[in-house]
Amino acid sequence: MNRITERFARLKKDGQKGFIVYIGAGDPNLEATRELALAFDQAGVDVLELGVPFSDPLADGLVNQLAAQRGLESGTTPVKVMETVAAIRKKSQIPIVFYIYFNLMHRHGLEKFINDAAKAGVDGFLTLDLPPEESDNYEALMAKAGLAVIYLVAPTTPDERIELIVKRGTGFIYYVSREGVTGMQQKVADTIGEMTAKIRAHTDLPIAVGFGISNPEQARTVAASAEAIVVGSAIVNQIAQHGKSSDLVPKVIEFTSSLIKATKR
Amino acid sequence: MSIAVSETLPDAQGHFGQYGGRYVPETLMYPLQQLEAEYFRAQHDPEFQAELTYYLRQFVGRPTPLYLAERLTRELGGAKIYLKREDLNHTGAHKINNAMGQILLAKRMGKTRIIAETGAGQHGVATATVAAMFGLKCVIYMGQVDCERQALNVYRMKMLGAEVVSVTAGQKTLKEAVNEAMRDWVTNVRGTHYILGTAYGAHPYPVMVRNFQRIIGDEARRQILEQEERLPNLLIACVGGGSNAIGLFYPFLGDEGVKMLGVEAGGEGIIPERHAARFQGGSLGVLQGTRSYILQDENGQIQLTHSVSAGLDYAAVGPEHAWLRDEGRVEYGYATDDQALNAFTKLARLEGIIPALESAHAVAAVIDRAPKMSKDDLIIVNLSGRGDKDVAQAAQKLGLKLPV
Repeated sequence: MNRITERFARLKKDGQKGFIVYIGAGDPNLEATRELALAFDQAGVDVLELGVPFSDPLADGLVNQLAAQRGLESGTTPVKVMETVAAIRKKSQIPIVFYIYFNLMHRHGLEKFINDAAKAGVDGFLTLDLPPEESDNYEALMAKAGLAVIYLVAPTTPDERIELIVKRGTGFIYYVSREGVTGMQQKVADTIGEMTAKIRAHTDLPIAVGFGISNPEQARTVAASAEAIVVGSAIVNQIAQHGKSSDLVPKVIEFTSSLIKATKR
Repeated sequence: MSIAVSETLPDAQGHFGQYGGRYVPETLMYPLQQLEAEYFRAQHDPEFQAELTYYLRQFVGRPTPLYLAERLTRELGGAKIYLKREDLNHTGAHKINNAMGQILLAKRMGKTRIIAETGAGQHGVATATVAAMFGLKCVIYMGQVDCERQALNVYRMKMLGAEVVSVTAGQKTLKEAVNEAMRDWVTNVRGTHYILGTAYGAHPYPVMVRNFQRIIGDEARRQILEQEERLPNLLIACVGGGSNAIGLFYPFLGDEGVKMLGVEAGGEGIIPERHAARFQGGSLGVLQGTRSYILQDENGQIQLTHSVSAGLDYAAVGPEHAWLRDEGRVEYGYATDDQALNAFTKLARLEGIIPALESAHAVAAVIDRAPKMSKDDLIIVNLSGRGDKDVAQAAQKLGLKLPV
């Protein structure tokens, strides 16, 4: 069974909420990414999303743009991110998702990219700019490789599109809690419960909610209406602050643990 | 190729063969579907068309002349050269044809805020102009480098009441301005319409912008038949995203005898990161909503580009151009910075017309091709914009000094 599906099955059995972390791969370098991944696993993170750095991340806010820039500056390429995942796999079975822009896999050759990632130990892709309408071939190749196709649902997604998307998604559904790019927010959107209920009417897939969650209180609130929450920019921001320091990993884990504690029962 | 073939494209998902489509974050999918539906309704609505025609005539000043460039023709000693004078449009370029169409659409959709990207600033000025006309709030994204080299247009936009946001990411030119405009749109999508300025991006933009710009070719075709009683042998236009070129070419696609040449920015020559000629150094990729030829490295990262002309300084080309090239219907070449500057000066001295540096690339191709053609042949070149905005930059490049 795919590690993502397995993890959500276990969370369900335990009556527990999932905690998903996003970081930019290669920020500040890939060795740090490997160490962070192992530490996240130890700290109780359920799924790790690795942002594969791209020159033109148009769905990302400033914090993640800068992380991608640092990733590119440290020489991070999609192939090197896969090698890092293979290195993580020697010690950890934490489910890993690539958060990626389509051109990076398109350039590598779609089939080769998917197979190489699966071989490295990646469990699924969240391809920001690849909607179901352009995904026939992608979905078939992903299924063949045993990788989860994680689709986004947005506040602007109408009911009939939700139905189309959840039919084609696997692993989990990622609900983007507000219109906008990634980034920390003062306040979480108040429409989350309503939208996750709408999605749930069409699917049994677990729902993860992300975009904008940055403190324990927000984590607790959002976790009430979803199977999992995603925290990205707030953690990336910690990496930006402590990236050059020797205690990067403990600092990031300390921050992350407070959010995990708020999410878990 | 028959006209019927090109009229069936794009398909329902916005594909021109293997190019085009809609590669955007989910938040924009439904808004793009709504835009598509509203655009196709408007396209077949006589009232909308009448309103657009009215403003194009009374405000923009259409039709623009098709002008015989007598001295340039004589100097080059070959084909007879006609200039399609899009530079005479209000605001100084073809960009207003599309901006006017899209603002009427935005009004129809009840949008209250307009955003746009701009490179040379012509699309920004056109958008700021129509936004002022209809009293809509307007924000223009422009790379910091372009703000500096096209400062005149920044002032114009501000005078027209638009907010100009200088984009400092990446190489600080058009591509980054598009990224930033898309980030704004994804955040404010419910009340905002994004007036994309070229035949690029996610469906329906490439087909919509083409259809708003085809008035260039429709007029040119009628005018050349009136003036010469025959069709031209060759059409020439510069290609950044490709809106002025597709606007001129499209109505002639079914005319077998009419050859077409698109001219990309050759910059300092076809050396990686020193040019913007996607068909010379590019490869198939997906960028900013569509699948087309792009300049990228072996890992799929978008490469730096360079052109003396801000409007052509862009890493990707419109998907319909990629398709027309595959079909063998349109030929694509390039002109370097130096060739464009030479053409810029030549047109000014011989015809009394200072072209935009973008359009000067097309004129450079005329200088190359016309002498190799017969005196009975006809060329139409799209003079897509005027060069006022480029005067300071060109003066510096040409070493012109103020009298002391």
